[in-house]
Amino acid sequence: MRPISGAEALRSSVDTFDAIIAAHRDRDGPLLPILHDIQATFGAVDEAAKRHVAEALNLTRAEVHGVVSFYHDFRDTPAERPVVKLCRAEACQARGAEALAAKAEALAAGRAVVEPVYCLGLCAIGPAAMVGTTPYARLDETAFARLVEEL
Amino acid sequence: MRIAIPDDAAAIACGADAVATAFAGHAPEAEIVRTSSYGMLWLEPLVDIDGIGYGPVTPADIPAILAGDRRLSIGPIADHPFLARQERLTFARAGLTMPLSLEDYVATGGWAGLSRARAIGPAAIVDDVTKSGLRGRGGAGFPAGIKWKTVAEAASERKFIVCNADEGDSGTFADRMLMEGDPYALLEGMAIAGLAVGAMHGFIYVRSEYPQAIAKLTRAIEAAADIIAPFRVEVRVGAGAYVCGEETSLLNSIEGRRGEVRAKPPLPAVEGLFGKPTVVNNVLTLAAVPHILADGGARYAMFGHGRSRGTMPIQLAGNIRHGGLFEAPFGITLGELVHEIGGGTATGRPVKAVQVGGPLGAYHPPSMFHLPFDYEAFTEADGLIGHGGIVVFDDTADMLAQARFSMHFASVESCGKCTPCRIGAIRGRETLDRIRAGGRPVDPVERLPQIHNARPTARNLAEEVALLTDLCETMKFGSLCALGGFTPYPVLSALTHWPEDFGLDPERRVAAE
Ligand SMILES: Cc1cc2nc3c(=O)[nH]c(=O)nc-3n(C[C@H](O)[C@H](O)[C@H](O)COP(=O)(O)O)c2cc1C
Ligand code: FES
Repeated sequence: MRPISGAEALRSSVDTFDAIIAAHRDRDGPLLPILHDIQATFGAVDEAAKRHVAEALNLTRAEVHGVVSFYHDFRDTPAERPVVKLCRAEACQARGAEALAAKAEALAAGRAVVEPVYCLGLCAIGPAAMVGTTPYARLDETAFARLVEEL
Repeated sequence: MRIAIPDDAAAIACGADAVATAFAGHAPEAEIVRTSSYGMLWLEPLVDIDGIGYGPVTPADIPAILAGDRRLSIGPIADHPFLARQERLTFARAGLTMPLSLEDYVATGGWAGLSRARAIGPAAIVDDVTKSGLRGRGGAGFPAGIKWKTVAEAASERKFIVCNADEGDSGTFADRMLMEGDPYALLEGMAIAGLAVGAMHGFIYVRSEYPQAIAKLTRAIEAAADIIAPFRVEVRVGAGAYVCGEETSLLNSIEGRRGEVRAKPPLPAVEGLFGKPTVVNNVLTLAAVPHILADGGARYAMFGHGRSRGTMPIQLAGNIRHGGLFEAPFGITLGELVHEIGGGTATGRPVKAVQVGGPLGAYHPPSMFHLPFDYEAFTEADGLIGHGGIVVFDDTADMLAQARFSMHFASVESCGKCTPCRIGAIRGRETLDRIRAGGRPVDPVERLPQIHNARPTARNLAEEVALLTDLCETMKFGSLCALGGFTPYPVLSALTHWPEDFGLDPERRVAAE
């Protein structure tokens, strides 16, 4: 395969932005669905994306930045490794999530990023985690290590 | 042979997909279906083979089960005491039907409520919902009929039905189970609400932590579009902000703004989404409506206790042996729920505390287990039932750490619009850290000649506790919404009932109780 030049990559990402924006712009309240699609496609909502969306929706860059920075889900840069969202909320705490969380970074051994999340709706079978859209429950150290290994 | 394996996220998290694949390999002649979950989560994956339950099943257990090994069997599922003691109205289909099967939905009374609603018309619908006594299941317990009446009477060519599916409370998962297990019931409830108030457009705001629910709803909306038409529904996905469960913050989020809370009034019923009259109701509130319309509000109102009518899908969570979904008429006591139904702690240790109503709910000691599950009874006891989540902790819990977490959570999730919540939560966390340290030495800054309003001396434990109590008072009465306003509940209840965890004399508790 021919390597893609910087200019080409830029053009193709601009085309993708436009396609995403076009898919939502006629909806009531298009901004959040657009940001979700951008993050799903590029792994982050970066500065270029914010400027592009602002221009397309006739908003200021500050307005778009204000929205992006408000929500925990949006990242500035794509995660370098798979993200394991480990639940740190009360029901999982009651089932030993804090002890697991203390070890999680070491267990992930550089293969995954461990981030906190507050409740995955798996509160009777915690400690719980989610990778992408896959839910995990009844985690202990062994199960957590296996989860990371299988990523 | 019919083998039913749940496709609910909790079952999947416990390995249900691998179990389903393995059954297909071992029993190619069997009819294998994916149904909703019964809600007996300690048994997941709970496999239903011709009405007999087996759980929790792993792929390795399957050959033995098929050969007649009954060691994992719980017998006929319907007779299991956990289910037999329930009164399932909202969750009548749980475990029994395939979530996206329109045939299953119709065969179990689906769309009967919508048909009757179309026949009786808007005023009679509102009347029936009012008569049912149905109150909002999202936390505040506001009567649904009154909210609908306000929107119905508001003059506007555009109105909206917004379903609050942000379910951020730890210890709750009933909205998730309903959306995944019985999505048509929610759509039917929303369509009925639309008819009642004159709205044609509905939104379901689902938290992004629920990808399975989002997928099911999206497919259900497509499949049922013609049935609920001219009403139409779309899904909107949240982005990881707890405060977006607060209704005005949620509306801002759908509009594409920061999820900041709006000052009320105006109420959303008058000026809601895009400034139009809007019904905002929780998933469980809307999903209770088809039953109410089909069987009449009077029947629903026959269940319950005091001013809390009908049934409540209660969620047993945390360190509990038999955790899961327990739908029962209001009035059942906390002790019955934790001990008789939940079987005590999963670790087998004594129960120390239960938090009821999510991260903004109070911690209750076993001495309060006589409390009936009822909005007013919990309010009187300085607590709340919220969305019906009960989180059990054993005697290893450190209540000072739990109180600190409450303040920490509020600081992470505060929308930042009001000062008592935005700043108070951080100061609260710091104060609790100083309580842990037993007080604090004098700060050099306080000794500076320019500082006139600080006392240049150390602070002891009692003074830090007084400061915390004072701060909680400010947050309670000064915050714009219940995020800052209710965070004092878990904090002060921990302090009141477990003073020894704060380094205080246990005698304080005796005085408080
Ligand atoms: C911080 C905060 C979070 C909330 N989270 C939710 C939630 O996740 N789901 C919900 O239905 N209601 C939540 N509420 C309550 C809503 O503001 C509102 O009362 C509810 O959606 C109304 O619907 P209902 O009358 O059917 O309960 C929350 C309130 C606050 C203050
Ligand atoms: S508290 Fe961890 S999944 Fe709900």
